[in-house]
Amino acid sequence: MARIELVNVGHAYGGAANAGTETRWALRPMTMTWRDGGAYALLGPSGCGKTTLLNLISGLLTPTQGRILFDGKDITQLGPRERNIAQVFQFPVLYDTMTVFDNLAFPLRNRGWKEAAVRTRVGEVAELLDLAADLKRRARGLPPDAQQKISLGRGLVRTDVAAVLLDEPLTVIDPHLKWLLRRKLKQIHQQLKVSLIYVTHDQVEALTFAEEVVVMNHGEVLQVGTPQALYEAPEHTFVGHFIGSPGMNFLPCKLGANEARMGDVTLPMDAEWLARAAAAGTEHQLGFRPDAAEVLAAPVASTAGAAWQPARVQSFQPMGTHSLLQLGFGGGSVWVRAAAAFQPAGDYVWLRPLPGKLALFADQRLVPRSATEASIAPHASTPEAGAAP
Amino acid sequence: MKPVNQKAWLMVLPVLLCVAFSAVLPLMTVVNYSVQDILSPTQKVFVGLEWFREVMQDPDLHGALLRQLIFSACVLLLQVPLGIAVALAMPAQGWRASLTLVLLALPLLVPWNVVGTVWQIFARDDIGLMGQLLARAGFDYNYASDANDAWSTVLLMDVWHWTPLVALLCYAGLRAIPEAYYQAARIDGASKLAVFRHIQLPKLRGVLLIAVLLRLMDSFMIYTEPFVLTGGGPGNSTTFLSQYLTQKAVGQFDLGPAAAFSLVYFLIILVMCFVLFNFLKAAEAPADATKGNAP
Amino acid sequence: MSATPHPAALALKLEGVEQRVGAAIHLYPLNLELVPGQLNVLLGATLAGKTSLLRLMAGLDAPTAGRIHEGSRGAWRDVTGLPVRQRDLAMVYQQFINYPSLSVRENIASPLRLRGVAKGELEQRVATIAEQLRLTPFLDRRPAELSGGQQQRTALARALAKDAGLLLLDEPLVNLDYKLREELRAELLQLLRVRNTTVVYATTEPQEALQLGGNVVVMEAGRVVQSGPTLQVFSRPASLAAARAFSDPPLNVLPARFDGTRGIATLANGAANGLASGLSGGLEVALSPAAVAAVRATGVNEFLLALRPHQLHSEPGGCRSLTLQGTVELAEISGSDTYLHVHTAGGDVVAQWRGIHPLSLGSRAHLFLDPREFFGFTCEGAALFAPTAAAGET
Repeated sequence: MARIELVNVGHAYGGAANAGTETRWALRPMTMTWRDGGAYALLGPSGCGKTTLLNLISGLLTPTQGRILFDGKDITQLGPRERNIAQVFQFPVLYDTMTVFDNLAFPLRNRGWKEAAVRTRVGEVAELLDLAADLKRRARGLPPDAQQKISLGRGLVRTDVAAVLLDEPLTVIDPHLKWLLRRKLKQIHQQLKVSLIYVTHDQVEALTFAEEVVVMNHGEVLQVGTPQALYEAPEHTFVGHFIGSPGMNFLPCKLGANEARMGDVTLPMDAEWLARAAAAGTEHQLGFRPDAAEVLAAPVASTAGAAWQPARVQSFQPMGTHSLLQLGFGGGSVWVRAAAAFQPAGDYVWLRPLPGKLALFADQRLVPRSATEASIAPHASTPEAGAAP
Repeated sequence: MKPVNQKAWLMVLPVLLCVAFSAVLPLMTVVNYSVQDILSPTQKVFVGLEWFREVMQDPDLHGALLRQLIFSACVLLLQVPLGIAVALAMPAQGWRASLTLVLLALPLLVPWNVVGTVWQIFARDDIGLMGQLLARAGFDYNYASDANDAWSTVLLMDVWHWTPLVALLCYAGLRAIPEAYYQAARIDGASKLAVFRHIQLPKLRGVLLIAVLLRLMDSFMIYTEPFVLTGGGPGNSTTFLSQYLTQKAVGQFDLGPAAAFSLVYFLIILVMCFVLFNFLKAAEAPADATKGNAP
Repeated sequence: MSATPHPAALALKLEGVEQRVGAAIHLYPLNLELVPGQLNVLLGATLAGKTSLLRLMAGLDAPTAGRIHEGSRGAWRDVTGLPVRQRDLAMVYQQFINYPSLSVRENIASPLRLRGVAKGELEQRVATIAEQLRLTPFLDRRPAELSGGQQQRTALARALAKDAGLLLLDEPLVNLDYKLREELRAELLQLLRVRNTTVVYATTEPQEALQLGGNVVVMEAGRVVQSGPTLQVFSRPASLAAARAFSDPPLNVLPARFDGTRGIATLANGAANGLASGLSGGLEVALSPAAVAAVRATGVNEFLLALRPHQLHSEPGGCRSLTLQGTVELAEISGSDTYLHVHTAGGDVVAQWRGIHPLSLGSRAHLFLDPREFFGFTCEGAALFAPTAAAGET
């Protein structure tokens, strides 16, 4: 168990010679601290550098620059074995010829444990992972979820593990089993207080699993925050787009003194906020989540400050528990989430983005709503209940 | 119920004809010879299993068969481990890998009789490089006169000729192992030996099955190289089954016994391969058994 | 759009089709009819038989028994065991399968060349399809030089270029990134809507099936459990298996006892440790008259009540007259929703709540239930009753 510090760590494949240009960084130099016993997720699309970062931590790669510290001790040059890292891969990695027991015992035997101690420890871990009944079976014949549990178990048997790294571990698992396996993972995290670092491209997995999520794109860390912060206050348009399904809606806008204009739609907004946005950059976008807008099938008389705007229905998808509408709005196209029972009455519906849930971006970066808010840590947001449209 | 598609038969007809002319008809001819005594092209006598009886009791055949079995066993015992070792030592990528592949493939590209000729010269104690070196090192080596020397030279030649095949097969097998296995092993703290025993060897099983089968069949039918190198001598010390067969059929023109023996020879190889294939397949099967169960 | 008219979409009829390989049964006898031009989703877990069924439809395998008929413009022909070459169909797999030595342009053109389409028209059609799948900038590259998403776009473009009457898609998006999957799914849906092609789309994900809409065929362990319009199957599953297959997060199933005289169901085991509120026996659920009749007709007093996770509400109100209590085992926050794993006396349940509810481990959770939203199943898994249409969402 260890606190993990990355100090100015950057990596370029092919070594320092390749690191010169911005584009060659597989991982741009970054500094970050992960606390002992935390559950973290590295989230981003393929090729965003998340696996590179994971391999740097496990010691499978040595960074081109920077230092990595476990509990303050510099381990940058150590190999994976010396770092006491456990890793679960995308596909179950098993020793085919061995039984489940032997698979779990393998890391201990390699470290010269006494057979009696091995037996006890493997028994404990098997119990924890619900594998006790399968110990005598061949690992290879088991279903994928059990195989992934064995991979995980091989990491957990060691009592000195600094962190467990999970590289898209649920890829081969069916949806309904994903829930069970993720729950198991969280239980183990709570029981063993082991640090977990989880790499995935799947936002649902990342957000539901982690206490803090590191969102990456093109080798760059764009935001580190709680699931709530990433959802409600994405600091970068990419984060807004990547988190949420569908992602955040973005409409290019022109800023006035007291309002923002998008195509034929004008929304009144706070003057001070607009002024800061204008100062922060040249290209501006207004963002709102699909569930941060109200939608009506029929027009209503507009009330002060919250005008209902007509929006053309481009597509309508009933999803069982809710409906999704794709609407032509403000010179662009937006997704809006409506109740399951909602039915558009014609080609148009009436839309009202919730003023309190609008976000403003200047050159892709979030412009905080108030000047002071910018200094608040992104994960210090207050809990809020049931914000349904 | 399988659909009957007449067209499919038409498509394979050329192949069936080729096989019929190249394999089935000659085989039937051999069967025909094996049960007759051919005195002249016009005079034939049906002798039943007489030739088989004679062949089975021939002490020369027993000698050749024993030599053959020992030789094939040696071939497998040497070439398979050596091939694996070479494959493991080969560089994984870059120009070194390409170079090694080309060098390894060279012996496989040399015509078989040339292999024999090369070794005939290479191993000569008067002008051959190897023969000279051995003589200078104080060994009394002469493959043309000493049975043991001849035997080990043939074996060495076969190892030189065919180990690359095993190595190439294993190399391909090794490259197919996903990187994650090696990473997991490093993290689990596995030694090199453990990686070999628990990852590489199990993953090479399928490839090794093919390698063993190929080498067993090929070594059992070895003819050209020892024929060129030693001519089966000195004495009968390097006369293997196929050479013995040729001596009988072409040298002594004992067509009947030769045909009978051919059939026996053919059956031996068939049975051996069948047994070996099933044995190795069965060793692999339990792990896969669970895969096919669920729909 | 293209110079030649689209060929007619095909109808497909499977009668008593089954598939065995050795002793293993891959598909139990099944009947299925695909309407021309319809989007059909095959929904089921891995190894449920989706791929086996697709392969039979394609003619890649012949069924062990049963007949497969193909209908074109009202005329039927028996295509059982007819090889795939003689069928008018295209298929896309979960692996990205393209001709590695051909450029993207040639890959897309390959089915058209096979059919001998004239050069000018061929180029125009390749350009149109490449444009639709956003491949225009990559037309001269080889598949190996493309990202996974672009490779699969190429495979899809090749299948669409063929303009076949039947398009079979075997989990085409499963190997792509989550976000990429979302984008390509939306695009694919748009493309398929304007095409006159019968589509069969296999997936393991209930959410994907709902997004695709159309018709759904729910499969489980080699059997077709239910088929019909997607939303209808979702809201009125014919069996517990169909309801489970169509629920992500998993369906909550609670054993219940039926009191015929009072028309009331009691959630089992309530009083044992006093976790569930209610009278002596546990949580009492007043059933609708139709539900009472359905349970009574079985003549058995034990049955199963089921709720989808979004039907375990975070707030009381309306007809949510029941309260299920339990301890929180886990609260997973996905940004827009909170998934609450709760241990109750009646069993472990998962609730899906809108918004963010940071409940700590071990705290008490109150789940508010609307009796009208319950599904009922016999202990064998047959449907007894489903929620009335009025019961809405959170």
